[in-house]
Amino acid sequence: MYQTLDSLKIGDIAYIEEIRSEGSIRRRLLDIGLTPGCKVKCVLKSPSGDPSAYLIRGAFIAIRKEDATAIIIKGVEQNG
Amino acid sequence: MDRMKKKIALAGNPNVGKSTVFNELTGMHQHTGNWPGKTVSNASGICKFRYTDYMIYDLPGTYSLIAHSQEEEVARDFLCFEEQDAVIVVCDAVCLERNLNLVLQTLEITSHVIVCVNLLDEAKKKKIHINLKKLSEKLGVPVVGTSARSKKGLDKLMASVDDVVYQRIKSNPNHLNYQPFLEEAITTVEATLKNFYPIQKTRWLAMQLLDDDIVLKEAVLDQLGQENFNVLEEVIEEARLCIYHNGIQKNHIKDVFVSEIMRVSETICNEVVTYENQEYMEKNIKIDKIITSRKVGIPLMILLLMVVFWITIVGANYPSELLSNWLFGFEDPFFQFLNFLHAPEWLSNMLVFGMYRVLAWVVAVMLPPMAIFFPLFTLLEDLGYLPRVAFNMDHAFKRCSACGKQALTMTMGFGCNAAGVTGCRIIDSPRERFIAILTNNFVPCNGRFPTLIAVLTMFFIGFSSSIGASIISVVLLTIIILLGIAMTLIVSKLLSKTILRGVPSSFTLELPPYRKPQIVKVIVRSIFDRTLFVLGRAISVAAPAGILIWVLANIQIDHVSILTMCSDFLNPFAQTIGLDGVILMAFILGFPANEIVIPLIMMGYMASGTITEYTNLLALKTLLVENGWNWLTALCVMTMCLFHFPCSTTCLTIKKETGSWKWVGLSILIPTIIGLTICFLLTTFTHYFGIV
Repeated sequence: MYQTLDSLKIGDIAYIEEIRSEGSIRRRLLDIGLTPGCKVKCVLKSPSGDPSAYLIRGAFIAIRKEDATAIIIKGVEQNG
Repeated sequence: MDRMKKKIALAGNPNVGKSTVFNELTGMHQHTGNWPGKTVSNASGICKFRYTDYMIYDLPGTYSLIAHSQEEEVARDFLCFEEQDAVIVVCDAVCLERNLNLVLQTLEITSHVIVCVNLLDEAKKKKIHINLKKLSEKLGVPVVGTSARSKKGLDKLMASVDDVVYQRIKSNPNHLNYQPFLEEAITTVEATLKNFYPIQKTRWLAMQLLDDDIVLKEAVLDQLGQENFNVLEEVIEEARLCIYHNGIQKNHIKDVFVSEIMRVSETICNEVVTYENQEYMEKNIKIDKIITSRKVGIPLMILLLMVVFWITIVGANYPSELLSNWLFGFEDPFFQFLNFLHAPEWLSNMLVFGMYRVLAWVVAVMLPPMAIFFPLFTLLEDLGYLPRVAFNMDHAFKRCSACGKQALTMTMGFGCNAAGVTGCRIIDSPRERFIAILTNNFVPCNGRFPTLIAVLTMFFIGFSSSIGASIISVVLLTIIILLGIAMTLIVSKLLSKTILRGVPSSFTLELPPYRKPQIVKVIVRSIFDRTLFVLGRAISVAAPAGILIWVLANIQIDHVSILTMCSDFLNPFAQTIGLDGVILMAFILGFPANEIVIPLIMMGYMASGTITEYTNLLALKTLLVENGWNWLTALCVMTMCLFHFPCSTTCLTIKKETGSWKWVGLSILIPTIIGLTICFLLTTFTHYFGIV
């Protein structure tokens, strides 16, 4: 069973395994440095719980739930 | 001796203080921050250094040179197809790793690169240390540390630029090495490209073409012509096939490039960046947790909006009165001066009672609130609060199949709808961008605030100057704004179910770290760049409009002025929507600038055909009530003010941004129909139940 980025709770840390999204969002994610092996930390959830903000290579990036479900992660460290 | 002239491009990620660097280097006052459109058209300025005039081109902020938004295309095309003597890449010291992505990509295009590691002061505060010397060794190009906001390191930056341009320093970038089969593919495509392009920059071009960048392909097709392009395309296809045989999916070629670039960035950063305090972001996160929390997030947004309005209304009251007394005091001298010049009486009347009075009104009513509102807003922007608004609001927009960044374009609309429409360029998906453009007019701009506030004060609050009254007016104003926002969401949803059908596209939004705003600078900049700009535009349309309305009011056919004839003609229809002919006429004539609606109404009511002495709102209310206004009229005027066609400038901007009059037509029709419908229903109901 794969774990995806949207499953992270605030404070959790994980590493990118694979990006399954296609098209423009794939490019966008690559541009902000989200490549396999990259460390991500979930830092914020918006008032409605979606989108969430992640710490990615030193910057806070908000990603919607739909887009986060296409990002496979591994090595989750729960800190929440 | 003639000074040498050289071209320098200034590139960088968004939010790295690139515009600050640009302003400091060129002495220009370009507004810093994410007011896009400001940098989309390549702002340029001259920086004199030693014996050279450096023409510096400020490119739009981009994460990469692989273009997928308009802004990125501008940056990419400039670097790829224009000749420049050097490129400065501005980086954020706080998140250097991500920024190096752009540096390494730029190095693939040209070796004449100077890396400017900006925001060193911020990094220092966060206890991040960067070994600039080592970074320079690793990259093979000069690296200069700066803190542009406090003007530190900029001389050194220009010295390095000078050294690179005159080759006193030989840049020797370490090219990235991809897997051999990729390098082979790049070399093959590059070899063909070199036949067509005299430039040195073929490597990056080859990489992008391998990645099947459609926009770039079209650009290349334009430049080479069909025949040459076919030759090139054949080579590209063969190379792509070769890559495919090495186990890389055709649409994932870019992944391999980017992964390699990021891997190198990571390695370099591990060596040059030391974090003395790993938890440097904790404070930021703590603040953000409150600002985006379920309980506080949305109420805080509304509260901040109210505070901004309150300060604006209360603060603008007194200066507005002072200014109007002062400006109207010039009327008599102006009139006498014209008499002294033996100007014909009709001309003096037209200039003084037509043009000057409307002008004076617009300045007196608009300048003080804008001079308060814009700086306050710029402060919030400078602080980094606005992206949090987009973050909080995104869910609501997603449910309407729109983009959360639309919230940002709406906040720009508060200042000026034309600026808001231009700002929609930050939205990547064309469908969502069009939704944002068509609905921007639902947030009232600065030209409409004075009308809303004046009508509110006269008919719903009263004239007491107590704090209580000012708070009520703010609450009512906020309710009106929230109505506008609700309408934005409803119309966005309707549009995405009908003519702009589609599902919400993907969305990434950067939340930049909070920065202490530079208060004095913010005030100066926002007054010069925004306030005076918007005021200047209003004045330039108010003057001719003043003359026109005077002419309409004073030229009589059969003892009836044209203005009266027109308003009589409109009156029957206007009555059904709770207005009267004069008001409707004023809205129509206010097309060039919404600010002049109230003065036009006043002029229409005056028998003399000119604006009366504007003493205070009480006098105005008396005039309005004498002409049949009641609370329903006031309500309908406010509704029409919020929901009617955009001003002429906004319409032209919409044409420019969408490229079609069809969208302009829609953006005129949608709010107007909504406004007319609401007013009609309000009037019908109140009359039916006999409330008025």
